[in-house]
Amino acid sequence: MKILVAIKQVPDTATQVKISGDPKAIETSGITWIISPYDEFAVEEALRIKEKRGQGDVVAVSLGPDRVKEALRSALAMGADRAVHVNDPALAGADTLLTARALAAVVKQESPALVICGRQAIDDDMGAVGAQLAELLGWPCASWIMEETVDADAKTVRVGRQVEGGLEVFDLPLPAVLSAQKGLNEPRYPTLKGIMGAKKKEIKDVKAADLALGDAAPQLTVTTLEALPPRPPGRIIQGEVKDAVKELVRALREDAKVI
Amino acid sequence: MAGALWCVVEDDRKGMPKKVMAEALGEAARLGGPVEAVWLTDKADDAGLQQLGEWGATKVWLLQHEGLAPYRGEVWAPVVADLAAKETPKAILAPVTSRQREFMARLAARLGVGLAADSVALALEGDRLVATRPVYAGKLLSKVTWAKQPWLATLRPNVFRPAEVQAGRSAQVERPPVTLPAAQMKLVERREEVSTGLPELTEAEIVLSGGRGMKGPENYVILEELGGVVGAAVGASRAAVDAGWRPHRFQIGQTGRTISPKLYMGFGVSGAIQHLAGMRTSKVIVAVNKDPEAPIFKIADYGIVADLFEVVPEMTTEFKRLLEK
Repeated sequence: MKILVAIKQVPDTATQVKISGDPKAIETSGITWIISPYDEFAVEEALRIKEKRGQGDVVAVSLGPDRVKEALRSALAMGADRAVHVNDPALAGADTLLTARALAAVVKQESPALVICGRQAIDDDMGAVGAQLAELLGWPCASWIMEETVDADAKTVRVGRQVEGGLEVFDLPLPAVLSAQKGLNEPRYPTLKGIMGAKKKEIKDVKAADLALGDAAPQLTVTTLEALPPRPPGRIIQGEVKDAVKELVRALREDAKVI
Repeated sequence: MAGALWCVVEDDRKGMPKKVMAEALGEAARLGGPVEAVWLTDKADDAGLQQLGEWGATKVWLLQHEGLAPYRGEVWAPVVADLAAKETPKAILAPVTSRQREFMARLAARLGVGLAADSVALALEGDRLVATRPVYAGKLLSKVTWAKQPWLATLRPNVFRPAEVQAGRSAQVERPPVTLPAAQMKLVERREEVSTGLPELTEAEIVLSGGRGMKGPENYVILEELGGVVGAAVGASRAAVDAGWRPHRFQIGQTGRTISPKLYMGFGVSGAIQHLAGMRTSKVIVAVNKDPEAPIFKIADYGIVADLFEVVPEMTTEFKRLLEK
């Protein structure tokens, strides 16, 4: 069973991000890059399916510039078998739909039985690529999954998807797209052996032309990035706990008018 | 009608639209309308249709069919896409919920248009719409715009001003024929969570959050007690969830829920960046922490540097007294 895992390289949450000279982009120097955390759940889940079945092929795929090889290398170190790197400046301003179109083209070339991605990437938080990929392929899709079991014949997958107030359990025929929610699993750390082995694994470079995308114009574009408006300075309420609480409750009621 | 602003209805699965719809409909009106609702459901209460009218929908496209529940993106997307092709709305808006996030993404792909997910502001600039969205853990705001219509956007709950109820106003109800594609997904079961009796985290107007300072799972009961008094949801920081004190569905932050309540109160929450990412658009922020250096005080409107175990019971008493008046 072949499983494709779509990952995105994003700035580490703790990294400072600054707007660059181009107001549409961030300053990329000095940034620590990581695999988006939800995508790590996706890689882990793919590896677990393969291990449970005793066979399979896990292919990691990502879009982005040269630095993205590092993220793919990390996925290979975790245990993915090989990787596909869609690396083309023509796709630099890709929105979720263009990204999904590129991934759909990769899926058509690779023909996996299952695609797993993270629920959303933690840089732009769109959370759309998985569902859009499914739509373009005409596949069923379950987002925000908390549990997953592929049946013995690899014909269907049973998933629990998180919704407000509960969990909905669905059977999906394969091929299908799943997006991973936190709680699905605990991603492994690459072992030293894994890291060494990853260096010998294949990362295939792919250009937009190889994917026959045709029109590569995004449907949604960023016009500007802005710093957050500053919050008004806060107030530390001093004094004995009893008095401080009294004053806080009064302020919430009379000044802030939120209660 | 052509050029309308559509709002996709999020309902309670029992025939009534959720309160968050007042926000989407209110925003559609502010953008100049015409405001229309699109409701996919297996059952729609007459009171629900009335409610949408009172929130400002002039028309409700009622797509009613037993095959539309439970929600499945593969079924919903073609139904709305077909109607949109016929009616050519200018924009399609929906509140952020787990299913609407997926549905709107799928619909955008089907229509071949852009989607601005989890928007916190929308504005018309000339003949284009510009959405504002928090990005990079809420550290920056990104403004985005569309190449063509319909403009698709999901709206963060509790951010947009809800429409005022206009009693007695009703919407024209259109019931177009519904043809469903064959569904590939089959529902096996729905597991309901044990209700806390408190509001849902993303919808609540007041949220209390307990962090590492709560010291253990047994202590959340004091927050639930306070929550019961003020009508608040109770959430937790990642540290508390990772320690196993609270289930993941209560986690506020980057790998949990994004909330934007009128009032957020953090107890024993340090304010790590990944937590701030999930709550920094809250209107009023209160922090209670023993450590005066806790980063959360930097974004708090009000702070008390003290032991939460002394503060919370005192607050419960004080709010009880105030709200009983």
